Amino acid sequence: MTVTVSRPEGAQQALPLDVEAIRADFPILSRTVRDGKRLVYLDSGATSQKPRQVLDAERWFYENINAAPHRGAHQLAEEATGAYEAARATIGAFIGAPEREIVFTRNSTEAINLVAYALSNAVTAKESELRTYAVGQGDEIVVTEMEHHANLLPWQQLCERTGATLRWLGLTDDGRLDLADLTTVVNERTKLVAVTQQSNILGTINPLGEIIARAHEVGALVLVDGAQSVPHSPIDVAELGADFLVFSGHKMLGPTGVGVLWGRYDVLDKLPPFLTGGSMIEVVRMEGSTFAAPPQRFEAGVPMTAQVIGLAAAVEYLQALGMDKVEAHEHALTGYALDKLAEIPGVTVIGPPDTVARGGAISFTVDGIHPHDVGQVLDDLGIAVRVGHHCAWPVVRRYGVPATTRATFYVHSGYDDIDALADGIRAAQKFFGPV
Amino acid sequence: MQLENMYQEIILDHYRNPHGRGLREPFEAEVHHVNPTCGDEVTLRVHLEGDTIADVSYEGMGCSISQASVSAMYDLIIGKTVEQALETGEHFRTLMQAKGDLSVAEKLEDELEDAVAFAGVSKYPARIKCALMSWMALKDASARALGAQS
Repeated sequence: MTVTVSRPEGAQQALPLDVEAIRADFPILSRTVRDGKRLVYLDSGATSQKPRQVLDAERWFYENINAAPHRGAHQLAEEATGAYEAARATIGAFIGAPEREIVFTRNSTEAINLVAYALSNAVTAKESELRTYAVGQGDEIVVTEMEHHANLLPWQQLCERTGATLRWLGLTDDGRLDLADLTTVVNERTKLVAVTQQSNILGTINPLGEIIARAHEVGALVLVDGAQSVPHSPIDVAELGADFLVFSGHKMLGPTGVGVLWGRYDVLDKLPPFLTGGSMIEVVRMEGSTFAAPPQRFEAGVPMTAQVIGLAAAVEYLQALGMDKVEAHEHALTGYALDKLAEIPGVTVIGPPDTVARGGAISFTVDGIHPHDVGQVLDDLGIAVRVGHHCAWPVVRRYGVPATTRATFYVHSGYDDIDALADGIRAAQKFFGPV
Repeated sequence: MQLENMYQEIILDHYRNPHGRGLREPFEAEVHHVNPTCGDEVTLRVHLEGDTIADVSYEGMGCSISQASVSAMYDLIIGKTVEQALETGEHFRTLMQAKGDLSVAEKLEDELEDAVAFAGVSKYPARIKCALMSWMALKDASARALGAQS
């Protein structure tokens, strides 16, 4: 039975998260910008703001147990190692992965480069097992036209280094992956498929199940770019079924300088290192060296310990809110924002027009006003958005626009932020007038 | 509202009714410059007669600042020698580095004419490159045009 609940015009569904309480946790949200205006932060897709709990965790580390983990025989080193590895367990549990499958990197970009370089380093690896996934001439790497530059250039470069061929899945007019030629693009020559779970510019959530099934059918690895999905929705790597997942701490309330590569252990174990140096070794001799098991094999040098601990605090903060609620919260905001933007003549959303398989990254154009100018008017009103090609230049080219204005949401976003955005767009239209 | 300081009426006029827009023959050099962080683009041709800039023609897409800047530049440099035009470009760069200091604009008013209206842009670091793109393209194209002559 379907029950239709009528609501008065303009009434808003209560949001799943307590926005006011959450805002109180973010010190930066109490500052003002551009002559005393409330900061309306709609750029979490670029980087998220940090709650006090994350900042406190980093400070706690430095004030109490700062030392290089996995080195030293003193108490601080012991405690730092314990905290670092406990954070690995917390962050792993957040995506349903065991600790040994979690590799810390600088960010998603570095995590993707790690895999791409491992695949070309494999060509000349000494141990035959580490050559398992070597990429060379005649092999193919598959990406999509929707990828962030971070999930495109490392593969272009891998192909240039190895002589492999880069292929890609295109986009449909309504902002979705065109899977019509999936079985020809992903074929027995394919060594790896790299695909985003959620587009950073279109907001599209991709049907990964179908892509992963096809890739595995032909024996290809799958790397999922989770930079825009892991912060915003529950994820379980066992359910996902991919071989790699990457994400960035700074987009999920955590510090800058820490990201994660999750990899299936049996795959990680057959990959040679990307960066080499201290603490990723087994035995070192002048004539040559052997490497530690994953994840240490991929963590050369003293790691970003405080940031890892900060990221664990961010994960705990998100878990306390509940990732189901975070997702529902943003879903409600996305629907509201799409409705609000649709009410403004001259505004066109680039990407799926409804909330089906769509996350909260909303890119749009305003007739006659360049995105930079829209962004400038919004900034003058205290509203922070992203403008430009969003590091996804092929996407804006595909949709025939020079750039877009993009609003992205997070746990502290509320209806008031979206109302401010809509008012700001109208102010830009008024300011620039008919061209 | 601070916006009017940046978007002077002169700038909006140039944006809505750009001067000299369109690619024309003849030309000795053509360059294509992009602003990689935002995707603004300009294609610019230079036609020299001796060392005098006889024509600059251009096509481009981008924000009001980048498009108005190339239009104002067109007005300033036609009929100047390459050397004079590049000197004007240096004055414009000085204006862009003024961080909103209006005394800099006052001193440069004679050299920069309409382009002095861009003074407000210098307060917004992210937009300075929008205003400078056309001048960078001019510098590049005129060097190539001179090279083509010799």
